[in-house]
Amino acid sequence: MIENRPVTTFVSHAVIILGICIVALPIYITIVAASHDGVRVTQVPLPLLPGDQFFVNLRSAFVEGVGNAREQSVGTMLVNSLVMALMIAVGKIAISLLSAFAIVYFRFPFRMGFFWMIFITLMLPVEVRILPTFEVVANLGMLNNYWGLSVPLIASATATFMFRQVFLTVPDELLEAARIDGAGPMRFFKDILVPMSRTNIAALFVILFIYGWNQYLWPLLVTTDKSMYTIVMGIKQMLEAAEESPEWHLIMMSTLLAMVPPVVVVVTMQKLFVKGLTETEK
Amino acid sequence: MLKRVHFGPSPLPYLLVAPQIIITVVFFIWPASQALFQSMLLEDAFGLSSEFVWFDNFITLFDDRYYLEAFQRTLFFSFMVAFLSMACALVLAAMAERVVRGALAYRTLLIWPYAVAPAVAGALWMFMFDPTLGIVAYALDGLGYEWNHRLNGNEAMALLIMAAAWKQISYNFLFFLAAMHAIPRSLIEAAAIDGAGPARRFWTIIFPLISPTTFFLLVINVVYAFFETFGIVHAVTKGGPAKATEILVYKVYNDGFIGLDLGGSAAQSVILMAIVIGLTVIQFRFVEKKVEY
Repeated sequence: MIENRPVTTFVSHAVIILGICIVALPIYITIVAASHDGVRVTQVPLPLLPGDQFFVNLRSAFVEGVGNAREQSVGTMLVNSLVMALMIAVGKIAISLLSAFAIVYFRFPFRMGFFWMIFITLMLPVEVRILPTFEVVANLGMLNNYWGLSVPLIASATATFMFRQVFLTVPDELLEAARIDGAGPMRFFKDILVPMSRTNIAALFVILFIYGWNQYLWPLLVTTDKSMYTIVMGIKQMLEAAEESPEWHLIMMSTLLAMVPPVVVVVTMQKLFVKGLTETEK
Repeated sequence: MLKRVHFGPSPLPYLLVAPQIIITVVFFIWPASQALFQSMLLEDAFGLSSEFVWFDNFITLFDDRYYLEAFQRTLFFSFMVAFLSMACALVLAAMAERVVRGALAYRTLLIWPYAVAPAVAGALWMFMFDPTLGIVAYALDGLGYEWNHRLNGNEAMALLIMAAAWKQISYNFLFFLAAMHAIPRSLIEAAAIDGAGPARRFWTIIFPLISPTTFFLLVINVVYAFFETFGIVHAVTKGGPAKATEILVYKVYNDGFIGLDLGGSAAQSVILMAIVIGLTVIQFRFVEKKVEY
């Protein structure tokens, strides 16, 4: 606070609160729609306050399923999303830790070649190479399973860079001390490097979990079997069905369910989230 | 790059990089080179034989009115998304920077849309603007404006821009806020002593000093609008009505998977890759350099 200007301070608060309201409006409307019965939601205008059907809708989304994806309950989709998100986050962190370790702590032929090869992945988002990647995955027989959903998205240049950065700040004396004590490379990695980068791993995990959970195009391509649908792409199927038989109360319930896990992760681990975001992007 | 002290020669480092390299080669480099190769092939109508045609696919693409229109549309879309979300985020960050009480609570309430998937964000906005049920469409109707993004291309575009920008506000907000916190207090205090009011301080000190962040965010937002908005487009409009919202990533998907024009789709992929590489280079080049005064 530089000077005391009550009016400006009041205006600042007012603008932020207004901003928050606008940002939160879509969610509020979702909650309202998810808590009324199907008939009420299709009457115009939508009620302004949440209704009392929330748990009824929750139950029917889990038990009966919604729209085109009728045979699959929202529960199955949530589990699929969770498995995919965890596999992507854990897989990315594991292989990036290993390759960053190799690149920082070993001198070997083609070291820089490998480094650039990893760097290239940074430049090729899945959206721009969907067709050939899809062919590769199909040829490997990885359609409609968790491997096909997660493995092609696991390579990560950003994570490798971040760990490389972290390892470079680890003092050389630690390695010397470890060697004097007779520790081999893997022992040093497991007992010193990994524990030292704990917070970075956690921060990265938060970001990657959200990244994995929110995948859309890739699951859309590699899953044709309804039992493998993820929640984010499942919502798309529901929207398609909505054109004929609007079940907006259930669709909104499902979007709410699709949002809750990543939002909870971001809000509860806010510090790690901000750290992860600023470290991976810069 | 390499530690002064490191481990001696052994096959171990190859084993360590192997998983990353194998995945990179199988799922990134191989498909990308396939796309490059396929972009120079022309298949016959039945997909039985193909002919190597060098750059014909690219030439066809740049003669194609629809492709050029999609290109312009994508530029417009990206610019609008970047501008809208950055402007909102900048205003909110400037205000949040001023307040002392409740700053953390405000931040918490503003960052969560980051976690919402683009397709889900699309579903939320689609429901709000649904021509028959949506509450905003209803309100607009009350004001005498008839909203129907299923028929009106401009309205469909506006809806996508709003949904895409909404999701990105939290990201921009966090970076703007961090950049403003990094400005030395003494600069702002000195200006205040010289009699500069809050608005003047913002435009003459804060805004120029955060320009590297602004530039960085501009690149990030353009990349986001180019590639990550696929989910929004696909879930909400499917490129319609009458291709009014068909942006480049959507066209690659549509021509490749639905239209099965493999050569043309691959050529579009190659162009998109070139754009990403260009943007990444720009990002690395300029973000490293601090803007000097």
